[in-house]
This record gives sequence, C-alpha cells and structure tokens, in this order.
Amino acid sequence: MFSYLYQFLDSFSFLVLAVSGLSIIFGMMGIINLAHGEFIMLGAYAMTIMAKASVPLPLAIILAALLVGLFGFVVDKLVVCRLYDRPVDSVVATWGISLLLRQGILILLGPSLPGLTTPMGTFMVGGTSYSIYRMVLALIAVVLLVLMYWLFMHTRFGLHSRATMQNSATAQAMGVNTAQMYSLTFTIGSALAGLCGALYGPTMTITPTMGQAFQNDSFVTVIVGGANPLIGTALSGTVLGVIQSVLNITMGTFFGKMGLLIVAIIVIRVLPKGFSGLVESYMMKRKNR
Amino acid sequence: MMNKLKKWITTENIVAVALFGYLFTYPMMNSAYRTMNMANFLASIILALSLALVWGYTGIFSYAQAAFYGIGGYTYAILCKNFAGPTLTPAFLLAAMAVGFLAAMILSFFMFYGGINDVFVALITMCVTLVLETFLQQTAGPQWKIGKAALGGFNGINSITKLTFGSTVMRDKNLYIFALVLLTIIYLGFRYMERSKLGYTLISIRENRERSELFGYNVAFIQMMIFSVAGAMAALAGVIYTTWGGYIVPTAVGMTQATIPVVLVAAGGKKNSTAVILFSLFYLTLSQRLAASGTQYSLIILGAILLLVVLFVPKGIIHSLFEILDEKVVNPLLNRSEKKGGCK
Repeated sequence: MFSYLYQFLDSFSFLVLAVSGLSIIFGMMGIINLAHGEFIMLGAYAMTIMAKASVPLPLAIILAALLVGLFGFVVDKLVVCRLYDRPVDSVVATWGISLLLRQGILILLGPSLPGLTTPMGTFMVGGTSYSIYRMVLALIAVVLLVLMYWLFMHTRFGLHSRATMQNSATAQAMGVNTAQMYSLTFTIGSALAGLCGALYGPTMTITPTMGQAFQNDSFVTVIVGGANPLIGTALSGTVLGVIQSVLNITMGTFFGKMGLLIVAIIVIRVLPKGFSGLVESYMMKRKNR
Repeated sequence: MMNKLKKWITTENIVAVALFGYLFTYPMMNSAYRTMNMANFLASIILALSLALVWGYTGIFSYAQAAFYGIGGYTYAILCKNFAGPTLTPAFLLAAMAVGFLAAMILSFFMFYGGINDVFVALITMCVTLVLETFLQQTAGPQWKIGKAALGGFNGINSITKLTFGSTVMRDKNLYIFALVLLTIIYLGFRYMERSKLGYTLISIRENRERSELFGYNVAFIQMMIFSVAGAMAALAGVIYTTWGGYIVPTAVGMTQATIPVVLVAAGGKKNSTAVILFSLFYLTLSQRLAASGTQYSLIILGAILLLVVLFVPKGIIHSLFEILDEKVVNPLLNRSEKKGGCK
C-alpha cells in the first residue's frame, strides 16, 4: 500500500515541479514555451557543474534556478517580447530556441555529464527501500504550491498579475505596467523550470535531451489544468499523479505515459478549459446564487 | 484574353513554371543516383505541403504531420509483410492513406469538436508525435507483432516490397516520376483551391473562426476534414519514403522529423505553396551537403532559421521575395498598378 502512496507522491511532485514554470507563463501570457524542457535541462546542468565544483547542494540548486531565471529574462527581451500578441508564432520561435539549446549544449559539453548520486539515502517500509530525497521533493512541491498561492493572492505582484491575466487592456488602463508584468512572469517561469531541473538533477542522467522527459508530462499537465496556474497545477497534478502512479505500478511506465496522453485528449473534449475552467464556472455559480 | 494573360503573369507563376519544368527534366539531366535522391526530397515536399494545408491555409498548427507520415509508412510496411508479392501494393498505398486519414480524423474530432485551437493543438499534436515515437522504439520484442510483421523497435521494419503497378516497379526514375506526378496534382489542386469557394472558406477560418461560425460555416467540421485530408497526404509521403528506402524506422516518425516540415513551411512562406516547394528544394539540398560534412550543426541551423524567420520575416523568406519582386519588377514592367487579388 505504501508503494502506491510513494509512487503517487513521486508522480505528483514530478508533475507539479515540471509544470509550474510552464503554467505560470501560459496562464499569464497565453504563450507556451516549447523550450521549457530545455530550460529544465539548463537548470540541471548548472546545478551539476556547481555541485561538482563543491558548492553545497542546496545553494547550487538555488543558484541554478536564479541563473536560468536570468537566462529567461534575456530570452524574453531578445525574442519573446516581440511575440506577445502572436501566440502560435511564439510556439515556433521557442521551438527554435529549444533546438538551439539542445544541440548547442551537445556540441559544447558533449553527450552527457557524469551525474551526482541521489543524496540523503533511503528508508525502509515493509522490506522495500525508498528514497528520502524523493519524499523531500514531494514536500518541496507542496511548499511551492503554497508559495504560489501566497504570491498570487496576497502580494501586489499577484494582484497586478491576476488583473493582467483577466484583461490586460483594462489592467493597463488602470496603471499596471503589463509589459513589465509579462517580462517578470517569463523570468519567474524560467526560474521555476531551472529549479525543477536542479532538483531532479541528482536523480537522473544529465544529457542534452533530458528535457524531453519533462516536456511531454508538463504539456499534458498544463492542458488538463487549464489557464489558472494555481488551481490548474494543483488539481491536474493530483489527478494525473493518481492515474500515472496506478498505471506505472500495474502496467509499466510506458502505459503511464500513454495513459496521461489519453486522459488529456479526453479531458479537452469534455472540459475544453481544463480543471481551472471547471472550478471557475463553479465559483461563478456560487457567487451568483 | 490578353488581359487575362497579363493578370496571370506574377513572380509566383513564372517561378512555378520554371520550377516544374526543372523538376520534370531532372531525370534526363542527372544520374539515376541523383534522381533517386530527388525522389526522397519529393516525399518531404509532399509532407511539407500537407502542413501548409493545415497551417498556412487553415491556421491549424500541427506537429503531428510526422506522426501521420510514420503511420502511413508503417501501415504500408506491415501490410507488405503480411501479404507477400507486389501485386497488391497499390491497394496497400490506398490503405495506408485511409489509415492516416482515419487517425487524423479521430484526433481532430477530439480537438476541434472539443473547441480547442491554436496553442493547444500544437501541444496535443506534439504529445501524439512524442508518444508514437516512444511507443515504436520500445516494440523490439517478439510480442510486438501485427500478423507476420514484427515492429522491430529501433531497427524498424526492413526490406519492404516496393510499390508496383502491374509490372512496373516503382524504383529509380519510375518512383521519381510517380512522386512528381502526385506532387504536381497536389500543387495544382492547392492553386485551384486558393481561388475556389473552399479556399476562401479556409482563409476565413484562419483569419477569424468566430466570424466564420456566425456566417454559418461548420468550422469544427471543416477543420476536421482538412486535418484528415492532410493526414492522408502525410501518409502518402510516408509510403513514398518507405518504398524509396525499403525500410521504416521510429526516427522517421519522431520529433526531428517533425521539425523539418515546420521549418520548410515557416521559412518558405506558409501561405504560399510555390514558396514552400522552392524553399524545400533549397533547404533539403543544402542540409544534405551539410550532413555530408558533419551533422551536428544542422539542428543548430534549423533552430536559427526558425527563430530568425519568425522574428524578422513572419511571412516566409520566399513569399516575401515574391511580393517584393512583384511590386518592384513585374508590375512596373507590365504597367500594372492594381493589387493582386486572390487569397494571399
């Protein structure tokens, strides 16, 4: 029984951490960053290189996230800010960035980097050993969701960003600097992607194509979750986490991936706006009563 | 009569005539090896045109063309392995196209009747391509068999029977001519469509779905049918590729393969099929030269082209060139000042 819970927490934290950066950018700007997987990959590379240079692991993780955030800021200024009102073109452009990054890293740093070992050791439940680090990741995922809740509901930035999200023209008329909000959002989203890569860096092989392992799952999660970065991420992370963990244990990881895709295709047929659309329409109903 | 001819003369049409003249005389001017090589390019061009149909004309951005290409190739290969002998291969070609059509139809039913569009279509189709590639890569064991055909994992399916009509085997020049005739039919179909009611409907859907819906068009249905036809076209390209090489492997279905039509269509000019064909010829020839001298930079070039084109020439390089030439050279020469009509 514990193995199900463990597997669920593992899937849940993976999905939440992988998707948070993507869904903040998508929710705010309506732009899908196809280089998201590569941003995650950059985070993992930055963390590993720093950790090898004997920077303590937690510090290396935070620095890696900041570095990728900075990189995201530059990418926004150079490319994405010209495409704010052309979402489909932004998909093509960020894909170009993704190809450049993946191949560039391959040429610069070779096909793989010697990885770190998973820190913190293991613990035993009922004769099977489980990794402590993965449980810490689950904890971090929950903390991240709480932090995002605080950021969006209790800060000035959150207020402005929700206003921009609902209606950017009106927000602009009320004195919100929407261009700055977009740029800030893209930076935060990139930093979160870097954080995800840095956190998962010690558990996987560091290769230029490692981002693709995150890419598919995070796209599916954002499709199922919808435009609201908070509700969408939390709900779809939970639901897909349950589905994936059950499928992984009973039928293997490949069917876990397949299952996610099929769920996503069915969900968009039934709920085109994802879970956040469902929750929002429910809340509207309650308000009107 | 004179006026009609005068109207017909545009850079695009002059280039198209020269281009197809070049393509039809190519086998006479070049060796069998180069002709065969060109046949492979023609398959890629048909694939690119299938993307131009959904993306350029109808405004649906799809990464799944490579998936349908692979579905076509694999269907043909599996059927060939199950029924020995070349007599039935034309039927297999049609069957592969039908499977591509159906697969695209099922996917697009869920997408367009679910009311999703734009960025989400890009995501879903990308996930489909990724999952199909992962699926095919892990089919190495003997349990992955359809009839007598083992799917073969990374190695794919090998020594596939070549497409044969009656006693004419589609190889070398035959295959080239076959692919070229199909390409010509598709191209002329596109050019005719541009000026037909259907073409205008597609453009209206591309420009504003809601408005088209209010005018009484069944937008979801039209999108679904166009997507399915494009799926069948991609499957056709897949069959040509499979019969060209005699093999089909998962990488032919994967993300790298999915990149190529997007680059060709975006950089050539997604709203202009002549531009797509012309750019494809340039690009494919160039990339083969590059691949011969070391492959690792070709993806970098692809990425850079995508990025620069989207930022600086969103209409596409060749399409923009056509427009400049029309305005600066062709129109003044013919003393023509009016803007060209039709769907651009």
